[in-house]
Amino acid sequence: MDSRFVSPDAVRSRLRDVDYLSDDAIAGVVFLADRLGKPILVEGPAGTGKTQLAKSVAEILGARLIRLQCYEGLDESKALYEWNYKKQLLRIQAERNNESTWEDIETDIFSDEFLLTRPLLEAIRSDDPVVLLIDEVDRVEIETEALLLEILSDYQVSIPELGTITAKQIPMVFLTSNNTRELSEALKRRCLFLHIDYPDMEREKEIVLTKVPEITDNLADQVTRIVRSIRQLELKKSPSVSETIDWARTLLMLGVESITEADAIDTLNILLKYQSDITRATKELSADTTQRRPGVPRTS
Amino acid sequence: MTIAEPSQSSMLDLLTGFIVELRAAGLPVSLTENLDAMQAITHIPIEDRNAFKYALAATLVKNNAHWRAFETVFEVYFSLRGPAYALGGGDELPELDDDDTAANPEAAGAGNGGGGGEALTPEQMAEMLFKALQQGDDAMLRALARQAVTRYAGMEPGRPVGGTYYLYRTLRNLDLDNVLEQLMSQAKEQAPAPLTPLEERLEQDEFQSRVDRLKQEIEAEIRRRLVADRGVEAMAKTLRKPLPEDVDFMHASREELMGLRKAIYPLTRKLAVRLARKRRHGRKGPLDFRNTVRHSLSYGGVPADPKFRYPRPAKPEIFVIADISGSVAAFARFTLQLVHAISGQFSRVRSFVFIDGIDEVTRFFEGVDDISQAIHRVNTEADVVWVDGHSDYGHAFEVFWDRYGREISPKTTILILGDARNNYHASQSWVIKEMRKKARHVYWLNPEPKAYWDTGDSIVGEYGAHCDGTYECRNLRQLEKFVEVLE
Repeated sequence: MDSRFVSPDAVRSRLRDVDYLSDDAIAGVVFLADRLGKPILVEGPAGTGKTQLAKSVAEILGARLIRLQCYEGLDESKALYEWNYKKQLLRIQAERNNESTWEDIETDIFSDEFLLTRPLLEAIRSDDPVVLLIDEVDRVEIETEALLLEILSDYQVSIPELGTITAKQIPMVFLTSNNTRELSEALKRRCLFLHIDYPDMEREKEIVLTKVPEITDNLADQVTRIVRSIRQLELKKSPSVSETIDWARTLLMLGVESITEADAIDTLNILLKYQSDITRATKELSADTTQRRPGVPRTS
Repeated sequence: MTIAEPSQSSMLDLLTGFIVELRAAGLPVSLTENLDAMQAITHIPIEDRNAFKYALAATLVKNNAHWRAFETVFEVYFSLRGPAYALGGGDELPELDDDDTAANPEAAGAGNGGGGGEALTPEQMAEMLFKALQQGDDAMLRALARQAVTRYAGMEPGRPVGGTYYLYRTLRNLDLDNVLEQLMSQAKEQAPAPLTPLEERLEQDEFQSRVDRLKQEIEAEIRRRLVADRGVEAMAKTLRKPLPEDVDFMHASREELMGLRKAIYPLTRKLAVRLARKRRHGRKGPLDFRNTVRHSLSYGGVPADPKFRYPRPAKPEIFVIADISGSVAAFARFTLQLVHAISGQFSRVRSFVFIDGIDEVTRFFEGVDDISQAIHRVNTEADVVWVDGHSDYGHAFEVFWDRYGREISPKTTILILGDARNNYHASQSWVIKEMRKKARHVYWLNPEPKAYWDTGDSIVGEYGAHCDGTYECRNLRQLEKFVEVLE
């Protein structure tokens, strides 16, 4: 099979072309996943671009994105395939007058025509390139995970009546998890693991500059510095990258050029979603730093 | 020597050793993952150290909590040979070049060999450090870190001292706290106008992060030299640290405690989901006759599809009784935090803390979002000292029974936390016996290793005889396992 990428750097620059700023880890793992033909299990805090990664990869490959949103109670008929039994019934009734035998009908109604494909099977059977995104896989029960195993390791689906359907081409597969529970060993073993954490300050600033092009360099710098400062606090929910971007947009819309304490505190509710977090951040941001360590004003 | 050079077999040996060490450090690396790693590295340009590292990480480490352990082992096994080692002598550091190349790791103890003959005085060095920190010059910081180790760590070949000792010596000589202070006052002088606390804070964070980076460099440098001196395997062994879930509550260092605090929040979320799920599934209620008959109509009156009533198991009420005397305080804190964080899964949680007196502290947790703050109040405000502030389980239990014993109901599950080191006071174990008669369950959680139970003044066996179960709870892993038993 042809590989899709030449090197990790190529992945990185192509992702950048579609405004997704990756880092060494992300580019490296995407590259490897392609070469090894393995799915990627992406884990990390909410709002750090896990789902976006899959979308961006689909975009640069010109592939169709097939998405399976997981939820509690997801089953075979929603994830893999289902027999269109209404159509099967019709078929049987239409046959009543004819002289066909039981075997004829049986082979007939369990054929492709009566199969409803669901995301996983669709990804496998597709002729054109696809990227399969299995979103929030930690939401399904541990037993349901087993449904995924065959697809993830062999890229095939076994349907008792039809036999095994093997992939025409190995799709890129992304699984995302918010880590609300431990995934099974079997699932983890089949995947490459990628943890996407909050980006470091430089990368976050770049992201802000890319996503909010009208912003000034100075403001972007301040935004990311403050966000870094807030992430160091012990919070229930640290601000995510998407919240940083929202915040930058808000400040821009308010016509803020240089963030003052009051600006920051007034708009904190965009970065933080819990009242207790907001209270704490407000207290911290306006606290006199000299109490913590000898403090000094900024030079610029 | 770069990692590109060794032959296939020596690379294989190195990787095998690496994986053995990962397993020894507690990471579950399966055979398939091992093979994946081998395969993965054939696809990446091997001189690219970062790509190499992430290839190994992606195939071998499937849990983010294990990342640190992985990184340490990786540093030990691959740093010496990696191109990063050559970085210090790179072109970007003209002033330090001579000194740097002279100080090769084998001669670490020999001090700054002074290849160029113009060794820096400590004052010059301090000044360069100051400038590098002020400007955030990473390359310079790296070079200075190496210099500092050469100069101050006083490393001698074969000396059986841990890396922490050298780190301490180096940092003491650099006096970074003082440097930080100077950086701030310098910045203050240069400021055109007095600035707001917010801006001060940001500036401070920036300097702090640079200082942290420098510290990391120094640590890495020391490690590199130790590896060169002692060999990979010995070094990996000394650096081996328990994973966060295996850190012993009673002997955790400050850094480890911080790690634990971070680990506890995702853990509570996981447990809450798991408990809720367990309640909803895995149990069927009694047959719902009406519903079954109604559904039987579609099968021509045959009750082919029996329906069951939706199960509504009662949520238990939890009493936590915790010893918060010095030796077991950390354990009590984590357990209280954990239980309150998942209190939504119980009908009610009441907490009591004691040393030799006992006090109910439920009020601190009520209506408070921030559990760590509540814990802080428990530690400072609860009235737990009766006579001398040494644990007296017997007295505490007696008082508990007098004051709250009536409120124990058949729905109550009681958790007692402590090492049962009673300072040879009377045990009053009859209280536990009475509790068990009234309560649904009584469990004892002991943060001491099982081998120490019932030694010295520990009388956990005497109490345990009246409990439904006594559990060793030394780390998060064991605590997590226990919480799942609760119902």
